[in-house]
Amino acid sequence: MTAIHARTRPPGAQRLREMSGHIGWGIVAWVVGIAFFLPVLWMVLTAFKPESAAETWPPKFTFSPTLAEFRLVFAGWGPFVTHSVIATVVSTLLVLLLAVPAAYALAIHPVKRWRDGLFFFISTKMLPIVAAIGPLYVIALKTHLLDSIWLLIILYTAMNLPLAIWLIRSFMLEVPGEMLEAAELDGAGRIRQMREVIMPVISPGLVSTALICVIFAWNELFLALNLTTTNAATLPMFLISSVPQEGLYIAHLSAAATVASVPVIIVGWIAQRSLVRGLSMGAIK
Amino acid sequence: MADVKYVQATRVYAKDAPPAVDALDLDIKDGEFMVLVGPSGSGKTTALRMLAGLEPLDGGRVEIGDKDVTWVHPKDRDIAMVFQNYALYPNKTVAENMGFALKMQHVPKDERDRRVHEAARLLDLDEQLLGRKPKALSGGQRQRVAMGRAIVREPRVFLMDEPLSNLDAKLRVQTRSQIAELQRRLGITTVYVTHDQVEAMTMGNRVAVLAGGKLQQCDTPRQLYDNPVNQFVAGFIGSPAMNLQTVPLTEEGARLGGTVIPLPTAVRTAASQAGLRELVLGIRPEHLHLADATGEIKGEVMLVEELGADALLHVRLAESGNQVVARAEGRKPPAPGQEVTFRVLPDDVFAFHPVTGARLAG
Repeated sequence: MTAIHARTRPPGAQRLREMSGHIGWGIVAWVVGIAFFLPVLWMVLTAFKPESAAETWPPKFTFSPTLAEFRLVFAGWGPFVTHSVIATVVSTLLVLLLAVPAAYALAIHPVKRWRDGLFFFISTKMLPIVAAIGPLYVIALKTHLLDSIWLLIILYTAMNLPLAIWLIRSFMLEVPGEMLEAAELDGAGRIRQMREVIMPVISPGLVSTALICVIFAWNELFLALNLTTTNAATLPMFLISSVPQEGLYIAHLSAAATVASVPVIIVGWIAQRSLVRGLSMGAIK
Repeated sequence: MADVKYVQATRVYAKDAPPAVDALDLDIKDGEFMVLVGPSGSGKTTALRMLAGLEPLDGGRVEIGDKDVTWVHPKDRDIAMVFQNYALYPNKTVAENMGFALKMQHVPKDERDRRVHEAARLLDLDEQLLGRKPKALSGGQRQRVAMGRAIVREPRVFLMDEPLSNLDAKLRVQTRSQIAELQRRLGITTVYVTHDQVEAMTMGNRVAVLAGGKLQQCDTPRQLYDNPVNQFVAGFIGSPAMNLQTVPLTEEGARLGGTVIPLPTAVRTAASQAGLRELVLGIRPEHLHLADATGEIKGEVMLVEELGADALLHVRLAESGNQVVARAEGRKPPAPGQEVTFRVLPDDVFAFHPVTGARLAG
């Protein structure tokens, strides 16, 4: 931008207009960004309030912070977090394990009618999950998987698989054909091409795909709520159960929600660099 | 070391479309540097890929060292290819890139390192570059790594697909001579694809000119230049291109720029046998000699392109009004708007059939 300015030197008025345009967009970006972040900030603040100060109008900004609610949360969240971690990690690993070969068959060496295949995968996401919950319940009941962590693993895998296949396929399309041909001439078989040529190129894409799967599985509530009770209940279930039937609960709920979102934020933070690269891959060669 | 043979090799991409490579017959001798040249869509790259095994044949066969390899897997053909975009593995170091094929062949690590270092030395690749990743290299260095990857394999045939097209003009000229020199030193049969006829002429022992999937002519650069078999080859080889003008025939020759260019008897006979009223006359720019008023072909200079050593004159011919290009000495070229006359030696005139484009006798 500066280089262009230096060369063309727009007259003062125009430059002013351009600058005010930049500032205008900057303000818009900040307003939107803060609007998205404000509820999160509110949640975190509330989590540190005593219950009595949490639900007041006008909201209190001065209060003596307490960890009381967090203590309560940590006292009760043990089994829920275990279930969530197992369901999220195992299902995400399964998704990657299944999606990579599927994407390979759709991108690198497209099978016959790969377009249809691609559509079939995504078509499963077009059905509202509410419509499937009845049959799912019956199947789970008949197979004795109700309230089992395995049921959640299977369902979360199925839930994330189509999206993962689409994402990974688009990353694989970015692998230059010449590179695969070079590997073939060099004597690398399919497996080795996959391991030594394709995987390193798409790994940022895999990381961002995994992150998206983790977020979706971690925050999934509908299936967990309907198909589990105690043996496989996940963190979102814990959030719901933190809401008591009577009395004040906002601070407690905020503390639980804050705790529940921390792991995702940490994973996202770690994956941030490759996430940005993964999601904008192809834009920059 | 091996010779390479295409026998009626054919590749059809789509049923209704004409073949990308149409019954190609080509003998490449052991140790020869063969250049496949042609405009885009001529089938030159497809022909190379057929030899590599990256493109299946729909007819005919390909032989390497007297062995039919038509259905042999690429890795078993004992060839090495340099790709247009180099196709280096981004996650591997330069040394790993170059040694990958050897690793696949289970060559011991010592031997691998020795050959990688040897190739690096041959290519003037700095030792310290061997540990870098491709993205830390310049375009010219990447190109040399791609060459190195082919060299370490010590293959029977090198295949190169426009390996210089991503380099800037100066580096391209430099690398051009390096590759040609390297190939002579190694003596490995090489098939080199390019669309650049200057590359073709300067590098190849022989050059095969392709157009529309068909082989037009395969000969030494000199022969291609002096004896093109048809109008396409005549127009494609040489820069600036040969002047090709459709001109009416007369008793003794052909009419061009207000004069009659005498044609050899053989050409006149061939033309009359074919029942032609006109033919295509081909004269290279350097064969249009500026003459004083005594010259024969008349025209007016429209534009002068100064190249330093010489100048290119764009001249509008008298009578027909067609433009031709003439090469003149750089020092004192005529100015635009000036009337000029040219003389041309009868031996320097080519004649082609106006419909088939075939050379008429001679």
